[in-house]
Amino acid sequence: MLGNGMIQGLLVTARNLLRSYFDPECLTTIQYPEERRTLPENSRCFPFLVYDGTPDNLRCVACKICEQECPPQCIYIEVERDAKTGKPVRRPRVFDIDYSVCMQCQICAEVCPFDAIKMDQIYELSGTDRFGGMLMNKGALLKSNEYYHQMHPTEANEVDARLSQSKKKASPPAAKPAAAPITLQSAPPPRPTPSAPPSPSVPPTPPVPPKSDV
Amino acid sequence: METVDQIKDRIEAALPGVRLAIEGKSLVVDRQHLLDVARFLKTDSELAMDYVSNLCAMDWLPSQIKTRECDREVVRNLPGHLEVVYDFYSTAKKHGPVQLRCRTEGREGTPSLPSITPLFRGAEFQEREAFDLYGIRFEGHPDLRRILMWDGFKDFPMRKDYRPPDDYEWEPTPHDEVLQQTKKHWPAPPPAPVKPA
Amino acid sequence: MIQPLTMPEQGYTLTPKEDAIETQMLEVSMGPHHPSTHGVFRMDVVLDGEEVRRLKPVLGYLHRNHEQLAEKMNWLGSIPFTDRLDYFCSMTNNWAYCLAVEQLAGIKVPERAEYIRVIMAELTRLQNHSCQAGFLLSDTGAWGTPLLYAFREREKILDLFEAASGARMMCNYMRFGGVRADVDDDWLAAARKVVENYPCFIDELEALITGNEILLARTQKIGILPRELAINASITGPMLRASGVDYDIRKVDRYGIYGRLDFRVPLGEVGDVYDRYYVRILEMRESVKILQQALRDIPEGPSDAGVKMRNFKVPVGDGYGRIEGPKGELGFYLVSDGSTRPYRYHVRAPSFINLTILEDMCVGHKLADAMVILGSVDIVLGEVDR
Repeated sequence: MLGNGMIQGLLVTARNLLRSYFDPECLTTIQYPEERRTLPENSRCFPFLVYDGTPDNLRCVACKICEQECPPQCIYIEVERDAKTGKPVRRPRVFDIDYSVCMQCQICAEVCPFDAIKMDQIYELSGTDRFGGMLMNKGALLKSNEYYHQMHPTEANEVDARLSQSKKKASPPAAKPAAAPITLQSAPPPRPTPSAPPSPSVPPTPPVPPKSDV
Repeated sequence: METVDQIKDRIEAALPGVRLAIEGKSLVVDRQHLLDVARFLKTDSELAMDYVSNLCAMDWLPSQIKTRECDREVVRNLPGHLEVVYDFYSTAKKHGPVQLRCRTEGREGTPSLPSITPLFRGAEFQEREAFDLYGIRFEGHPDLRRILMWDGFKDFPMRKDYRPPDDYEWEPTPHDEVLQQTKKHWPAPPPAPVKPA
Repeated sequence: MIQPLTMPEQGYTLTPKEDAIETQMLEVSMGPHHPSTHGVFRMDVVLDGEEVRRLKPVLGYLHRNHEQLAEKMNWLGSIPFTDRLDYFCSMTNNWAYCLAVEQLAGIKVPERAEYIRVIMAELTRLQNHSCQAGFLLSDTGAWGTPLLYAFREREKILDLFEAASGARMMCNYMRFGGVRADVDDDWLAAARKVVENYPCFIDELEALITGNEILLARTQKIGILPRELAINASITGPMLRASGVDYDIRKVDRYGIYGRLDFRVPLGEVGDVYDRYYVRILEMRESVKILQQALRDIPEGPSDAGVKMRNFKVPVGDGYGRIEGPKGELGFYLVSDGSTRPYRYHVRAPSFINLTILEDMCVGHKLADAMVILGSVDIVLGEVDR
């Protein structure tokens, strides 16, 4: 009968409409800003830097591997130099990631031999300044290991186990501070949950003037 | 499927005057005989290569190869050329690939190759792409225009000596070459004053 | 813009109407922002009344010279860019590139990684084909409903991707010699559940649209692609098989573990839009079969070959690796000069080459049918323009 197929199709839509009143499988959308989905543990967004304990004690040693490997080249690192001798110390003076260029590919986190850079889960970032607004400096990127544990618990436990093992192997002498603690321009307070809206208090850094020592 | 050597022998027997060279897995054919060889591959009942899967152009800059021959170091100058690689498969016999290579004479001016589009329609867009990005003129192509770049574009952007125009936008975290480029443009000149209407 | 046109040779004449009004052909530039062009794609159409007389696709609005980007980047760095080729099927794009590199470098992939790859690729095929049916329907005028039902199911698959790889669309999941992160038992259980329920969805989709008289009228005998032309024009994927050519690279090359899996290759008879639609539906059913086998047999073991990604180098040589992507044969031709970067990196994009015969299929049909035919080609502009 002509029209049979159309009637069948309409039955499908009717069935779906009725089912959507009591079957959550049929109603997959959520009211976004009020409701949020819980992200899976592996979910990734932009990279951040991990520190242990205090923000001075960051894991990054400014080896620049991530800078070389980053496919869109959004990482910019400068090594800190000792104020008296001028020798490089193993920590970054400048560590910038341009979130507007970053494509969340996780390669920096993969290649980092010190487990210093990891992937964040905050996805609600927007700005009005196209060039400087999404440029995150070291202060904005630093986040504690506890924050990392909250976000990716399994992965963080693995990383901790690996780090403590390598520490035992190396059995380092009493750690002495390598350099004077740097003052942070703006260390944002650790965010309580990954799904909280980002604090708008992260001021964008001024544009980096091109340095000649790269 | 037959080996590359067998295919080479059969082609040379069937098409007098054709000389093929073997490089790795592929057959190198000269420009004059490319169409004949392609037609042979297509019509031969045993090969039946009816499907050109991939057509890829390449740019080789002039280079030097140093080898030792009879205790002497020999330096050979290789002229630069553009090269096109064809991968033929057979959908009827489900075998393949037979890889053909064909090289242009030099890379200056308008290097040209015969087009296989009259034989294999599937090469039409791929040859246009090779013309667009590498500047290989395919003789006999029905509609050889730029396909990915716009019509007024002058250069061939996939060539190894292509230099992008110096119209960088300022990037916050410049590196290496970008940094050198950025230095020329940074700090940005003040915007021109707007003339009152 | 109205232009008088010289008549092409191919069999038609412009006859003056009885009231002797000069008729002219109309050249319409459709796109690049047209809802039915699936992205920034333009067609220069020459119309005689409503009939298409000539059609020239104009591409390149999304061109970013992906190949040159990859040649300036190390081998690993290109993987996230392959995600952006066909942004519907990032998993298969990753796989094609990794397969080409593995062939070139001679890397052996562990068993479990092969299974995970097959699972990911077939899930990708499921979501691509179901959404493609939705897009085709929205081209015929059924705005929304079928597409959103397909997106509802796609959401479940994207959730699986996100749980395994961390991202929903730009997965960046495969690595040379395996996959980046192993999947756990919970993930496999969730995947089994999705696969179990998928045939119900395919049935629902079919009940919704397959028998619909409007769809039949709009798609049958429209855009017929003859078998010989399909082969000659290097058409691949469901389009080729809808024209009745039995050529599936999963069967021909038997890459990965496809040689061990039991599935059939659906073929069309007529080669029209309807066949292309229905071949995709049948392919989804075969994909479900493949997924059931792979999820049943997945072994324990390492999920990568332990290849060091930093400073990854490939021995000198060249090679062409190809897989059967959801849109057709996706191949990567790579030339290595032994350094950390590819010397030449070429993508054989299926939807780019499938556009070759768009004009041949559209000429003689109405303008409204041209949209449907374009919809049945299944293009993604990220891959067409690269």
